[in-house]
Amino acid sequence: MSLLTLAWKSIRNRLFSVVLTVVSIALSVLLLVSVERVRHEARESFANTVAGTDLIVGARGGQVQLLLYSIFRMGNATNNISWESYQELRQHRDVAWTVPLSLGDSHRGFRVLGTNGDYFQHYRFGRKQALSFRAGAAFDGVYDAVLGADVARELGYGIGESIVLSHGTGEVSLQEHGDQPFRVVGILAKTGTPVDRTVHIRLQGMEAIHAGWVGGRPTALSRLRRAPDPEALQPKSVTAVLVGLKSPMAVFQLQRYINEYRAEPLLAAMPGVALQELWDTLALVQQALLAISVMVVLVGITGMATAMLAGLNERRREMAVLRSVGARPWHIFVLVQGEALIIMLVSVVLGVSGMYLLHLLLAPWLEQQWGLYLSLRGLSPTECWLLGGALVSGLSVGLVPAYRAYRFSLADGMTVRL
Amino acid sequence: MTNRNAIHLQGVEFGWQQGVPVLDVTELTVAAGERVFVKGPSGSGKTTLLSLVGGIVTPQRGTVQVLGQDLGPLSGAQRDRFRAHHIGFIFQMFNLIPYLTVLENVLLPCRFSRRRRGRIAAAGETPRAAATRLLQQLDLSASLLHVPVTRLSVGQQQRVAAARALIGAPELVVADEPTSALDTDRRRAFLSLLQQECQRSNTTLLFVSHDDALENAFQRTVHLPAINRASRQEVVA
Repeated sequence: MSLLTLAWKSIRNRLFSVVLTVVSIALSVLLLVSVERVRHEARESFANTVAGTDLIVGARGGQVQLLLYSIFRMGNATNNISWESYQELRQHRDVAWTVPLSLGDSHRGFRVLGTNGDYFQHYRFGRKQALSFRAGAAFDGVYDAVLGADVARELGYGIGESIVLSHGTGEVSLQEHGDQPFRVVGILAKTGTPVDRTVHIRLQGMEAIHAGWVGGRPTALSRLRRAPDPEALQPKSVTAVLVGLKSPMAVFQLQRYINEYRAEPLLAAMPGVALQELWDTLALVQQALLAISVMVVLVGITGMATAMLAGLNERRREMAVLRSVGARPWHIFVLVQGEALIIMLVSVVLGVSGMYLLHLLLAPWLEQQWGLYLSLRGLSPTECWLLGGALVSGLSVGLVPAYRAYRFSLADGMTVRL
Repeated sequence: MTNRNAIHLQGVEFGWQQGVPVLDVTELTVAAGERVFVKGPSGSGKTTLLSLVGGIVTPQRGTVQVLGQDLGPLSGAQRDRFRAHHIGFIFQMFNLIPYLTVLENVLLPCRFSRRRRGRIAAAGETPRAAATRLLQQLDLSASLLHVPVTRLSVGQQQRVAAARALIGAPELVVADEPTSALDTDRRRAFLSLLQQECQRSNTTLLFVSHDDALENAFQRTVHLPAINRASRQEVVA
């Protein structure tokens, strides 16, 4: 019988208290790997959201805010870009393409984005992947809509479905554009970005449902009169514009040109820089979370050492008997250290399994509520380091009871004097 | 120095605290194969004597030889190894590891002593067969082999402890009041089984007890207070 087997049988004899220790450490390990995973995945998810765009242009404000409303569909713009400015930007000599974005409406909690066909051509995510259609095609008519993958899945919509948009971005809206329903003509393939949660319509469609509105409300006039020819509608403004350049060398020059634009106050942000800034504002919170979870692991490990030390007195008899049948003091040391090893290994395995289980259970909810897309994957090097660190800390702390048992067995010999 | 002696103490003085000797023995010799009863009331230095013989402690003065080996010059680790190879112990009670079965308890010394395993192999047995045979000879049926020791009676537990002390044929078995938790009938039965086994394997037995009634079961009795000058001093004081 090996010493580890002996340690295992000894643990089985004190199963209840050991299980409590294992549960507390496993939970702390679960917290640690979960925090690290969410941290990592959030960053990946962020970085993958927009690619291939050289500048995002919006009304003057913070670049993080611009990034949030234009790309992440979070929050609202305080101001728009006039149609004239947009046209001028489009025709700038350094600009290869533009994608206008017009936001403000929603459909059952999903944001509605008014844009044009260039969106499907130029928008890139992840490793510069283009959008592709799972069903149908891009919009053509004014009342055509293209759904993101999640919108279609969660609402159970298919091609040809008729949908009514709501004014504003709340889940429940009092102002419905019920008189002008849209028809689903395309459904995009899953991207793992906020695109999945977006309803895409043409700028003209966006304009048509708000025709005659004043100050965000329908007027008597607008109710009576529908636009005679929606195709001819000219949007007065857009919320933001994605810009692709002919040469990336021109990016700073164009950025300065836009930021110093005379006709109205604009802001041009480089997505990479803005993402980094957004990330940096969150970094402190994440690091604090990670630090706290490391502390929680240490607390769990300390609890293990406490339980083991408290148990040693009861086990002095057992150790004396082992000594009498020939166990050397270092055997006793290994026996106690082996217990710490078993506890830590079981806890780490349970913690990691718990993390995967939680992942499977919570992934849909995280995606829905927070737009956080977690990919199921093996342990990352960082996670392995953290787990290894927990294991090493556990074994180091286990040295304390192990050494104490060693001292006991040296002092007690085969007879226990208590 | 002769190998005929299983135990030989000469001019041994020992105290747990400096300057307070609890054992002071001019000479004590136990021949190989002898079964000796060491008699003495509690506090007469019985446990100290066993600790010295077992190499748990070394005397402040004098020499302790076991099986011809002077324990004095040996390091702690060497004494540990010597004890594991050559001496089997039986204590008053709680001899067994509670979370192991009867068989696992008996086999424990084989785990820690290569010498004991070797002797079993040399006799053409497996450790398991040796354990089963010993248990049978000590009147414990094979049906108890895989029973947790906590389910045994005290008498059965002491016999399991005896089997464990004897496995791998150590030259010396040291028993420290092994019968004090048993009633009179069981005490006699245990004693005769233990004696039989020691005789069969020609094992030296050092049996320590305060119980005079056991005395006539042994070849020789050593009255510890009579040879321990330290305990006499204590009595005088």
